[in-house]
Amino acid sequence: MTYREAVHSAIRRALQADDRVFLMGEDVGRYGGCYAVSKGLLAEFGPERIRDTPLSESAFTGMGIGAALAGMRPIVEIMTVNFSLLALDQILNNAATLLHMSGGQFNVPLVIRMATGGGRQLAAQHSHSLEGWYAHIPGIRVLTPATLEDAHGMLLTALECPDPVLIFENALLYNMEGELAADAGPVGIENACVRRPGRDVSVITYGMSLWKSLEAARSLAERGIDAEVMDLRTLRPLDDRTLCESVSRTHRALIVDEGWRSGGISAEISARLMEQVFYDLDAPVQRLCGAEVPMPYAAQMERASIPQAATIAAAVEGMVRSHG
Amino acid sequence: MTDSTHRLELLRQMILIRRFEEKCAELYTQEKIRGFMHLYNGEEAVAVGVMQVLRPEDAIVTTYREHGHALARGMAPGSIMAEMFGKQEGCSRGRGGSMHLFDKVLRFFGGNAVVGGGMPVAMGLALADKMRNQPHVTCCFFGDGAVAEGEFHECMNLAALWQLPVLWICENNRYAMGTRLDFSHSVTDLAKKASGYGIPAVSVDGMDVLAVEEAAKAAADAVRTGKGPQFLECLTYRFRAHSMYDPELYRGKAEVEEWKKRDPIPALILRIEEGGTKVDLTPIEQSVAKDIEQAIAFAEAGTWEPVEDLTRFVYSEPPR
Repeated sequence: MTYREAVHSAIRRALQADDRVFLMGEDVGRYGGCYAVSKGLLAEFGPERIRDTPLSESAFTGMGIGAALAGMRPIVEIMTVNFSLLALDQILNNAATLLHMSGGQFNVPLVIRMATGGGRQLAAQHSHSLEGWYAHIPGIRVLTPATLEDAHGMLLTALECPDPVLIFENALLYNMEGELAADAGPVGIENACVRRPGRDVSVITYGMSLWKSLEAARSLAERGIDAEVMDLRTLRPLDDRTLCESVSRTHRALIVDEGWRSGGISAEISARLMEQVFYDLDAPVQRLCGAEVPMPYAAQMERASIPQAATIAAAVEGMVRSHG
Repeated sequence: MTDSTHRLELLRQMILIRRFEEKCAELYTQEKIRGFMHLYNGEEAVAVGVMQVLRPEDAIVTTYREHGHALARGMAPGSIMAEMFGKQEGCSRGRGGSMHLFDKVLRFFGGNAVVGGGMPVAMGLALADKMRNQPHVTCCFFGDGAVAEGEFHECMNLAALWQLPVLWICENNRYAMGTRLDFSHSVTDLAKKASGYGIPAVSVDGMDVLAVEEAAKAAADAVRTGKGPQFLECLTYRFRAHSMYDPELYRGKAEVEEWKKRDPIPALILRIEEGGTKVDLTPIEQSVAKDIEQAIAFAEAGTWEPVEDLTRFVYSEPPR
């Protein structure tokens, strides 16, 4: 099974289980989804529940909010994170805000899924990683599933959540093969987790960078460095406790994030580690982030813009060697 | 209800809104009310006329200039006033203020203070009704300023395409804050923009509450009977400044005075009296004054939400 199929199967399962659930977005129906996630769902569930929308991100995202207010459980698909900026008014000024602004009267049980990330030579309007930005916003939850289990289970959990949930699916993961247990179901969305235990350093990451970090950890192991790899899973709310526990054990932290460095989620994590486990650190917290450029097209330039297994390994090695 | 009783009720509602807001302006200068406050004086016939044709199951989405809509929908004046005082007895617990009045029971989905921002939400409420085969109307108010927003055009297209049960009410008061209609729009006949998307659109004298009510009834009936979205442009005028901070540099006093001759309240009184019923304003003014007095007393007696509760309602709380 692929990551794509894991998402597909969760959507299908939700549509079967709950008639309040429907999917809405650009090309989700007849085309089968820009990344083929919803292929076949139109034939199975019909055009009332698999809704192709015009290219009107703000209108259909806001419509998801209204339908959620009315008790439906919409899943809104936005093709790619850069396009979500056309719906930012609705996401921030309405979805994230209505519950508070109405004094607790109107919650918005809306799920928004979108593709994120670079690595496909799609240049500067299709490749950014803005999930860290979204994590700035109180009132929403920001999920970044990296595994098949999370891609499937986080969507199911999100649909049970009374508040808006944004799910960022790194587009490079859609073709990733893996196993999904026959009894796979909703998963927790509150906690980070350790994907590879280690003693020397905590590599804190999420999404596609998780797999690069695990690859880096394997190569580091051959050189005698035992890296722990943490999957944030959820960028908002951040699970400080699990992160701090890890860093308290390893005494070093490297944060790996495809997003831009300045003001990014990596800065937030770094600050929290400093606030909470400063005296457990043997070395300054370090960050490996996306280069601060709009994503270039040319392959070698794009590669250099995003953390890679080799650069992650080099960063870890630098930290461990220079601070003994 | 006889014709004249009904008309007197419309009159009472318009006078309530007018006097309520006059008092709001006073309370603003006393700093009881803070923040941005936008008054509806002059436009009362729109909210009152439209609200008559809506039912309890219908939904309302509106703008930041929504005191009139809230009152006409039946929200308690005290609940609105307490909200503007910032008290937790307010309709939004003091979290919203003048621009963000909400009431779940009345299906009043709020004052939205981003121009055009309520329109997509209204479509979602309507979509839910349509998917559940409910014959309800979602009524969405917005101004002429919203017609220049991208969201307006996205929503007109989508509402028509999906035949959503939305009643669009364009309150054309001729100014987007301080920018006159013809400085904002290449085509100033705003109803044309809706009909361009295939939505039946009518323009009505928004200073005439009876005309508004009649047009709104026809439009709401059409929405309710599955004829898809309808668009009603109400030509109206705001007598007071855009907000309490507005020195009104952009329009002349003569223009305002000209429009005041069309004040919807005396216009309705005249219509009622032409129909042979003498209007005695004294009992109406007295009852309205009492309502407002009680609203202020309620707001004054209200309490401040403890700051310890600051971060409540960012996320839903587990049922207690």
